[in-house]
Amino acid sequence: MPSELTAHAALDLLVAGDLTSVDLTRSILARIDASEAQINAYISLDPERALSVAADVDRRRQSGEVLGPLAGIPLAIKDVLCVRGGRTTCGSAILSDYVAPYDATAVARVLQADAVLLGKTNMDEFAMGSSTENSHFGPTRNPVDPTRVPGGSSGGSAAAVAAGEATLALGSDTGGSVRQPASYCGVVGLKPTYGRVSRYGLIAYASSLDQVGPLTRDVEDAALLLGVVAGHDARDATSVDCPVPDYRAKLNDGVEGLKVGLAREFFAEGLDPEIRSAIEAAAEQMRLAGAELVDVSLPVAGHPEYCVACYYVIAMAEASANLSRYDGVKFGHRTADADGLQQMYHRSRSEGFGAEVKRRIMLGTYVLSAGYYDAYYRKAQQARTLIRQDFDRAFTQCDLLLSPVSPTTAFRLGEQVDDPLTMYLNDIYTVSVNLAGIPGISVPVTTAADGLPIGAQLLARPFEEEVLLRGARVLEQSS
Amino acid sequence: MNYETVIGMEVHVELHTQSKMFCRCPAHHFQIGANEHVCPVCTAQPGALPVINGRAIELTVMTGMALGCQIRPHSVFARKNYVYPDLPKGYQVSQYELPLCEHGQVVIHTSDGSRKQIAIERVHLEEDTGKLVHQGNASLVDYNRAGVPLMEIVTDASIRSADEAFAYVQKIRQLVRYLGASTGDMEKGAMRCEANISVRPEGSQAFGTKVEVKNLNSFRAVRNAIDYEVQRQIEVIEEGGTVRQVTMGWDEGAATTKEQRSKEFADDYRYFPEPDLLDVDVTDEWIDGARSQLPELPDERAARFVESFRLSADDAAMMTEDRAVADWFEQVIAAGAEPATAANWISGELFRRLKDTEAAIEDVALTPAQLAELIGLITAGTISGSAAKEVFAVMWDEGGGPTQIVEARGLQQVSDTGELESQVDAVIAAQADAADKVRNGDDKPLQFLMGMVMRATRGKANPQVVQQLLRDKLQG
Repeated sequence: MPSELTAHAALDLLVAGDLTSVDLTRSILARIDASEAQINAYISLDPERALSVAADVDRRRQSGEVLGPLAGIPLAIKDVLCVRGGRTTCGSAILSDYVAPYDATAVARVLQADAVLLGKTNMDEFAMGSSTENSHFGPTRNPVDPTRVPGGSSGGSAAAVAAGEATLALGSDTGGSVRQPASYCGVVGLKPTYGRVSRYGLIAYASSLDQVGPLTRDVEDAALLLGVVAGHDARDATSVDCPVPDYRAKLNDGVEGLKVGLAREFFAEGLDPEIRSAIEAAAEQMRLAGAELVDVSLPVAGHPEYCVACYYVIAMAEASANLSRYDGVKFGHRTADADGLQQMYHRSRSEGFGAEVKRRIMLGTYVLSAGYYDAYYRKAQQARTLIRQDFDRAFTQCDLLLSPVSPTTAFRLGEQVDDPLTMYLNDIYTVSVNLAGIPGISVPVTTAADGLPIGAQLLARPFEEEVLLRGARVLEQSS
Repeated sequence: MNYETVIGMEVHVELHTQSKMFCRCPAHHFQIGANEHVCPVCTAQPGALPVINGRAIELTVMTGMALGCQIRPHSVFARKNYVYPDLPKGYQVSQYELPLCEHGQVVIHTSDGSRKQIAIERVHLEEDTGKLVHQGNASLVDYNRAGVPLMEIVTDASIRSADEAFAYVQKIRQLVRYLGASTGDMEKGAMRCEANISVRPEGSQAFGTKVEVKNLNSFRAVRNAIDYEVQRQIEVIEEGGTVRQVTMGWDEGAATTKEQRSKEFADDYRYFPEPDLLDVDVTDEWIDGARSQLPELPDERAARFVESFRLSADDAAMMTEDRAVADWFEQVIAAGAEPATAANWISGELFRRLKDTEAAIEDVALTPAQLAELIGLITAGTISGSAAKEVFAVMWDEGGGPTQIVEARGLQQVSDTGELESQVDAVIAAQADAADKVRNGDDKPLQFLMGMVMRATRGKANPQVVQQLLRDKLQG
């Protein structure tokens, strides 16, 4: 089935003339037809546009034109990224009719690379959540087990790739939103270094943490897609001007001579025993492949009580400001009737935002308030510096860090919706990575006894995605 | 009881940059169709991000330098959170804890001729808001102005009167114009002032309760609003009341301050560092680069005019009030004109014409070289002072060089004794009585006789030559 192919395998066939983009796209669309009623990975789909772009790519390939690196590959985009002329909802009622007037830079780059855009994937509203249950457009289900959540907030993208409803997908990761759903759905999810991929056109949740990342069927596809979207962008002041290597060139160089760190704090109580042994087995595979295992300590970054608190204070503070623009004045939902400006604001926002978004806006507003700023926001910034320093120190002792992605495998729909604190603890292994700004990848390493996927997380120094991908490739080959 | 007025000023200055503070939209917004200069960034479309306009940083730092501020090598933009339809993002990108410039001072010249130093607390950079337009029942928003770079200059509480506040605002406008940082045009909203005003019994050290007065959008408003508010506060106290901490707006039409909102609950803007922008780190080399762009500032320039050109302090102040005028004046001097004469011509004839035609000096066709040439003709005795005014009028109205105009109109002064002698003789013959008096040593009618000769020559006779001829003939 072409819908099962990785992008690089499909590209080989396309280049060889053994497959057309139209056939590949049709195969994906057929899968979407068959699964969507159950999975609900997409918020919007444009099969006609996809087929017409695919046909165009096939025509250009036949005429011998030089095509982009993703030519003819069907790709899904998390509905947090703006696509010009199309509906961009961010999973929210407040943007349910919003049509973006411009393309996000990451979107422009995949289009420039001749990818075939399928549609926009489901997500937790404004990327706030770990299960894709907080969506105005209904929850997405995990293709591995539809009674389970796909993780979140990029659950739609992860589910689409896992279900054969897209060959490649883009997501966004603020505290684990690419890596955790990748792990729950059994696909690869990469969060690049902060500044590696432009955030222009990525609807902001927490600006200092957000990063666009690929969700793919294997590590090589992650390398391929990262290579397309990475690079400096003059429209994003926080994007970094540093060369983008060919991430596939050294993909199979292995890990011989590399030091892989295991932070003892990551294996403390609360970790599911199956996941613990999966990560320990992954470490052993790295050792067998020639890496040296070293014990490291992350006295601050390894402690969920510090990281999760620090993360939520900073993320919610930034979110409270980022979401102020949804006021019913310029775009988005405006209440049908209101008496005066204050009521218009109040009703438009009350009607437009879901419960989790409101909770985070209120918490964020609170931690920035006069009299509380020093106790919360300033303290969190100080903790963030310590977390960064922890990783800096660890990376003087090792080249990669290996850890779990999430303390559990995919949980059941509805299981945690009424318990935000437990929900927030899904992020204990991932949020510190965003706080430090370093790159991380989630790779499926095994399945639990109940058949649910287990992922391992690798972390690297800033802008060392190349090393990260090499390590991930070893884990993937030995799983 | 006598009261002392205590004022701190906040002046917002729109920077004269090509593009807006955080996007590439044109920064000018005067008389532009609604929402024509807008883009995803300045209308806060989801996902859009700001990128700093480096020129705005440079102009702010230059202003800070002109105000004797310390330039912070490390400064930070912050989000100031508040909600209003003219503020697209629901927060204004501004500066809070670490502004670009701090701790400066500026010398003001008050109308009684005294000078005083006013301390500048900070100069920081932020973005302007859009504008609301009310149409019947509806309110419309125009975002052309949203995101235009806005520099805020804040003083300490060292201003003591409306007169000083007026002089301070004048000084700020003069400086930002000198620097090319802003048009400083208050009528077009390029400069907007707020005053924090309180009064206290003379001799008291404690400050009274301050009232913030906004909407001081003309020089007249600065003076009138402060005078009004000071009087109002004194009356409240004299009547046994207490001044409440409120924000007032100046109502130009009613000539009163009106309460806008109570400040009993302090505004909470929830400032925090803007995560979409990197901190601004400026190196010593960059600061040197900005400093090298600083022009000679008005006070230094006036001192040099006094020193090098021997101008009076008043003339020097007048010649340096505006940078373009000072440049023009120096070009007249460079073309060889005598400085005091040049200053007189500029502050007299030229300023009168500029005022009549509402023109700026940069726009006039008359060149500094032409004025210098005209002054040269007077000094050389080629034309009389009164003829020079006629030449100036022709130069202004019709253009052309002074020498050419003098020749074309036959305005040369006649200094040739041979040519004048017959005229003088004719006047002596016609005015025999007056002539006799002069012959007998009475000088009084001499002026009368000279006038008659001037009339006979239609003003072209050189008065000194005429006087000498009359004396030679009657008293020689």
